[in-house]
Amino acid sequence: MGRVANQLLASILVNSIYEMKNYPVVLVNTVLSPLSFLILIFFVSDGKLLGDAIEGGLIMTMFSSGTSLQSDLSHYKNDFKLQDIVVGSPTIPGVYVAGMAISELLYSSPAIAILIVLFGLFVHATPLQVLGIAAVMVLMFLTSVSLGFALASISADIVQSYAYTRLLSTVFSTLPPVYYPITLIPLPFRYLAYLSPTTYASEIAQNLAGLLQLSSTMFAIDWVILLGLSAVFLWIGVRHARWREK
Amino acid sequence: MSATAGELRCEGLGKVYPNGKKALGSVSFSIPTNGIFALIGRNGAGKTTLTRILSTILEPSYGKATIDGLDVMADATRLRERMAVVPQEGRTISWTTPTQMIGSYLMWRGLGYEESRAKAREAIAQVGLEKHADKLNSTLSGGMKRKVLVAMVIASDAELVFLDEPSTGLDPISRQELWNILTELGKKRFLFLTTHYLEEAEQIADRIGILNGGNLVALGTLPELRSKLQYTYSLKAPRGTALPTIQGESVTRRDGQVQIMTTEDEALAISKGLIERKTQFSVNPVTLDDIFHYLVAQNESAGGRT
Repeated sequence: MGRVANQLLASILVNSIYEMKNYPVVLVNTVLSPLSFLILIFFVSDGKLLGDAIEGGLIMTMFSSGTSLQSDLSHYKNDFKLQDIVVGSPTIPGVYVAGMAISELLYSSPAIAILIVLFGLFVHATPLQVLGIAAVMVLMFLTSVSLGFALASISADIVQSYAYTRLLSTVFSTLPPVYYPITLIPLPFRYLAYLSPTTYASEIAQNLAGLLQLSSTMFAIDWVILLGLSAVFLWIGVRHARWREK
Repeated sequence: MSATAGELRCEGLGKVYPNGKKALGSVSFSIPTNGIFALIGRNGAGKTTLTRILSTILEPSYGKATIDGLDVMADATRLRERMAVVPQEGRTISWTTPTQMIGSYLMWRGLGYEESRAKAREAIAQVGLEKHADKLNSTLSGGMKRKVLVAMVIASDAELVFLDEPSTGLDPISRQELWNILTELGKKRFLFLTTHYLEEAEQIADRIGILNGGNLVALGTLPELRSKLQYTYSLKAPRGTALPTIQGESVTRRDGQVQIMTTEDEALAISKGLIERKTQFSVNPVTLDDIFHYLVAQNESAGGRT
């Protein structure tokens, strides 16, 4: 394997594989977290919003990767001083963070696998629609990871980092209409939901799966805004994240 | 001064943190990049700041530092290929074993999985932890955890090793074991370490730097530092003790004692007087502890401490 692949693998081993291997109980939490909302929505809607909830679970899992990355990176930086150890080594920041981000996906892989199976069983979409939904998921992942890295690099304490995690999770995946259609939110509050990139992601995904009707103009606007917000968060991540301290 | 190979050089290096705190004044010095260099100083003296700048973790506010002719700012990428760092308060990752943690570190340095594990096991054996190689780090004692971090740099092929207070918090036996390991390591690589233990610097360092209030007060080998004083004996007595007029020098240490640096003959004469008056005192040949207290007190009385 190449040098960069070894460096990526180091982050993946430390941040997910060794943790799961040495403490398998952590897997239960990663599975339960996105599924718990799905089950709740399923019961409350009498099964009518199962498709929305499955897609919501996938979006939340992707977005949670970034919020988890934020707290993990902060934990390594502030508690273990691992970032100092790695900064003073041949690893470059992009590779370190990419490895950590992939490890978050790997960590969530049991939940992702279950959600994909449920998606295959209960959401009927063409390969092209699936491709569109996959693109939305990738954008969600990149957005959250960028935000997570930027916040981790400026957080000075794990308590501050946990606060960021809870804030991001609430603002971007619990409050916005991720597990259900936006039409269920009364109109004055609907505008607030549009402040979150996850709202656009879920609208696009729900539309692609035939769960929400959107005009082609609205669909295009959603894509433009989602891509724009993702680009902004990526810019924030790259621009404001700190590797060597100032 | 021009940067050359085989040398660590700082020229007017300083650091002012964004909150306005000046951690390092204008520090200039040059040392060879071989053997063990120990930086000693009180809490807040600037040891960690200097170490972090030199190990490319922190940007200086002004000045320049080069290691083997490579600038710590401009050539950081090249330097990082050759260095390994164990930061102050660096900790082992609790959910990994020593083999897993050291192996991962070596992979971050670019080695393959199998090679990393093999090298990790070798290094773990070198620090005497082979029986604990596959136990979780969370189950190891504090001394063992510090040894795991040192094994990490041993396992790497880094020629420049930065260790920030590697022995802090260890019991005397673990500390001595660690010093033995570091002494061996220092025969093959350049070790830049900081410590609060003057005994550590005295025992293992080839060269010693004394930092106080962000300024370098002294630098040299132990004999060179001793020779700076021109005195061979140190006599300490409680503050307020009536002392005769002396030819040597006297300073009040931060621990409240009066310290007299003097010659053997005068130390003997003062001692006789103090014994006759039944005054408590101690007298001994000059140690690093004496040099440190003396130079720090002298620097502070000259307004060196910020």
